[in-house]
Amino acid sequence: MTVTPLGIPRRLLEFTIDGEEARVPEGSTILDACRAAGKDIPTLCEGDTLRPKNACRVCVVEVEGARTLVPACSRRAEPGMVVRTDTERARHSRKIVLELLASSVDLSTTPLVAEWLKEYEAKPDRFGPDAARLNEEPKIDNDLYVRDYDKCILCYKCVDACGDQWQNSFAISVTGRGFDARIAVEHDAPLTDSACVYCGNCIEVCPTGALSFKSEFDRREAGNWDETSQTRTTTVCAYCGVGCNLTLHVQDNEIVKVTSPHDNPVTHGNLCIKGRFGYQHVQNRG
Amino acid sequence: MDLRFGDSKPTDDERAAVDALLGPPESSWEGADRSDADLRWARGGRAARDRRDLLLPGLHAINDRVGWISEGALDYLCRRLTVPPAEAYGVATFYAMFSVRPRPATVLQVCTDLACSAAGADGLCAAAGSRLGPGSGVTVERSPCLGLCERAPAALAVRAGDPVRTAVAAPATAESAVLAASAPDSAPEEPPVARAVPQAGQEGLVLLKRVGVVDPSSLDDYRAQGGYTALRRAFALGPAGVIREVTDSGLVGRGGAAFPTGRKWQATAAQPDHPHYLVCNADESEPGTFKDRVLMEGDPYALVEAMTIAAYATGAHRGYLYLRGEYPRALRRMRHAVEQARARGLLGDDVLGQGYAFDIEIRRGAGAYICGEETALFNSIEGYRGEPRSKPPFPVEKGLFGRPTVENNVETLVNVLPILTMGAPAYAAIGTERSTGPKLFCVSGSVARPGIYELPFGATLGELLELAGVRPGLRAVLLGGAAGGFVRPDERDLPLTFEGTREAGTTLGSGVVMAFDDTVPLPRLLLRIAEFFRDESCGQCVPCRVGTVRQEEALHRIADRTGAAAADDIALLREVGRAMRDASICGLGQTAWNAVESAIDRLGAYE
Repeated sequence: MTVTPLGIPRRLLEFTIDGEEARVPEGSTILDACRAAGKDIPTLCEGDTLRPKNACRVCVVEVEGARTLVPACSRRAEPGMVVRTDTERARHSRKIVLELLASSVDLSTTPLVAEWLKEYEAKPDRFGPDAARLNEEPKIDNDLYVRDYDKCILCYKCVDACGDQWQNSFAISVTGRGFDARIAVEHDAPLTDSACVYCGNCIEVCPTGALSFKSEFDRREAGNWDETSQTRTTTVCAYCGVGCNLTLHVQDNEIVKVTSPHDNPVTHGNLCIKGRFGYQHVQNRG
Repeated sequence: MDLRFGDSKPTDDERAAVDALLGPPESSWEGADRSDADLRWARGGRAARDRRDLLLPGLHAINDRVGWISEGALDYLCRRLTVPPAEAYGVATFYAMFSVRPRPATVLQVCTDLACSAAGADGLCAAAGSRLGPGSGVTVERSPCLGLCERAPAALAVRAGDPVRTAVAAPATAESAVLAASAPDSAPEEPPVARAVPQAGQEGLVLLKRVGVVDPSSLDDYRAQGGYTALRRAFALGPAGVIREVTDSGLVGRGGAAFPTGRKWQATAAQPDHPHYLVCNADESEPGTFKDRVLMEGDPYALVEAMTIAAYATGAHRGYLYLRGEYPRALRRMRHAVEQARARGLLGDDVLGQGYAFDIEIRRGAGAYICGEETALFNSIEGYRGEPRSKPPFPVEKGLFGRPTVENNVETLVNVLPILTMGAPAYAAIGTERSTGPKLFCVSGSVARPGIYELPFGATLGELLELAGVRPGLRAVLLGGAAGGFVRPDERDLPLTFEGTREAGTTLGSGVVMAFDDTVPLPRLLLRIAEFFRDESCGQCVPCRVGTVRQEEALHRIADRTGAAAADDIALLREVGRAMRDASICGLGQTAWNAVESAIDRLGAYE
């Protein structure tokens, strides 16, 4: 029998989104309420398994009485709050945020960003050909995964997943300041000289593809990464008795990537090195 | 915590510097040689991690001794404090005063910010740099405002060693800057602080009455000049009575945000969660601001007394004074004052024999403007990167160490003393109805007598400029520093009050009044301001991290253009500026475009 934990009952509170009444359980964020109401608000740094960091500011909405826009992903709904999600002011900030990111970061593997750029009529090119970019080279220092920080939007999700929110390895941190801030291990050493345990939980939460399986990176380089031809099969990890769920991404009869369902009540999308990377024996056809 | 450390070992010097701060390590779990006992006993858990807030003092200890932070030193400090090395590296690389690459033991910081660059800082920097080339043992760095604007141009030399030595050259010539860097011990003493207060000794001063008059090292002299009467009155009134007086006085925060102090205190005092903390924000880094430095250097016991009163009113027993890292003299004087007060029972377990316990810990900043933001300051004290937190929750509810915290600026706190000695009604009678009390103004730039001026709220800009002896050829006045705004020279009737400046579409900010004559090209000032914000952005949120870069790039493009040739980039600046103001997490990004906007709209720059 499956027991679904219900938690303590939560009161419903009422407030207004875009002129419509919304009722959400106490503690919900504005974003939760918007999603429940079927409204589409772009998000980048928000992660379904992590505490909101509200660093990217692409989900900003207007709240009556607030001096500035507020991030929908982290601001909790309050009774009587009047929220507007689609005002010119909010759309302007989203557009600029998208332009600032697209003009400095390689967003080619960030899902949905192309659609948002079109929807918000963002023109990243208008900052000119000399606009500063991150200009990072991919860091390939181990056989399991690649850190391509040219694609990093500094959402802090990998740091949070590696730190006290999930893995407690604390192998990476944000270093430097401002535009020069980067994700790095201590002394900018290679990953192999760090506290990394190769659980790959940072890859699981990376929203832009800056962190990717070496197998995915190599195929993309070679031009034969084809998501449309891939199948996804969710199964149970065979290594130990915990029984984590694995989703095997298979292309050309070969496992190319392993993820884990985020809604699993035990693991929340987290795995260990064996579940994440220990699949080679499956396809060892020697 | 199962942490991984590298193989690098600290040098004897580095180890000694850390041990001088933390004491010798007690077991191999925190960095001593391994003994048999260590194998039978694991030390870790919460107790081991509880000292994370000593990370920043530890980094200072290493940097002060050696001049930079090596892998071995960082690893040793991390072992001692059970901090992950990656996180500590993230913290060390956040602050401008630290280096994780080898560098000479002496760093000469030459201020190239607004007031100093108008006084020839670029030439000074080049001349000092050419004399202190490779092999001189000195690194010359361009620095943001050092808070010595009344003596522009300024340079600060820091020589690592035991003890660390500092020397200030201001006003600096190439010779005096090179002397300060090459022989900090024999550099001439800084002039007395009274030189920064042209009104020193005048009748009728409230906040500055003791500055330049009292001996800043003598507690007896402070008491002889009216010190500690306010604290006695506070004990007579009780905490609720003190808050009532402060509320009735109409005092609002002097750091720039102008939040009612009484309301903040009341909200903190009412929190059921304990302990409560008091934090005094002395990380004065707004370009052009130096009032808190002058108060701390000239009347340090006043701040100790004021902090004691604030803590008593809000139920705090521990206060942190977060002092800007570039203020060596203020640090010395405050340290001395806290020690003296402790020795005389004015801090400690039983303040003034009233059974109330309170003590002050001084924490040094390490070169980050953003740490003046209240929540970034908490993170900095706690040993994390000085990045602002998102609000709510507000500090009165969850502040330092997640506890209810009242945080006030130095000037705000010092105002509490006259409120208690003269009574709220008399204090509220000073100034205007909505901006009560006296206000300190930091006047610098193109004036004959730069310095700190005390005027009641309501004086006009013209009166202040007259007082400071403004020079002919005034082109613009910057109010509130880099985060503030420019006004025109013909706006002399502008009343210097919070409401008056707001109505005029500008801001009083922290009280900066910087005068520029027509010898300084406006586009160059704006570029310096943009460069400042780009350098000081913490990088957490996109609008500020990338927006400040795009702002600087656009200002570079139009540095020599006007009219239609600049119109496209000005439109771009407006769009980016609006998003920074609307969508940034904290005040830094929200105000990063203020000064540029005001220069375009009010002064007609680029027309």
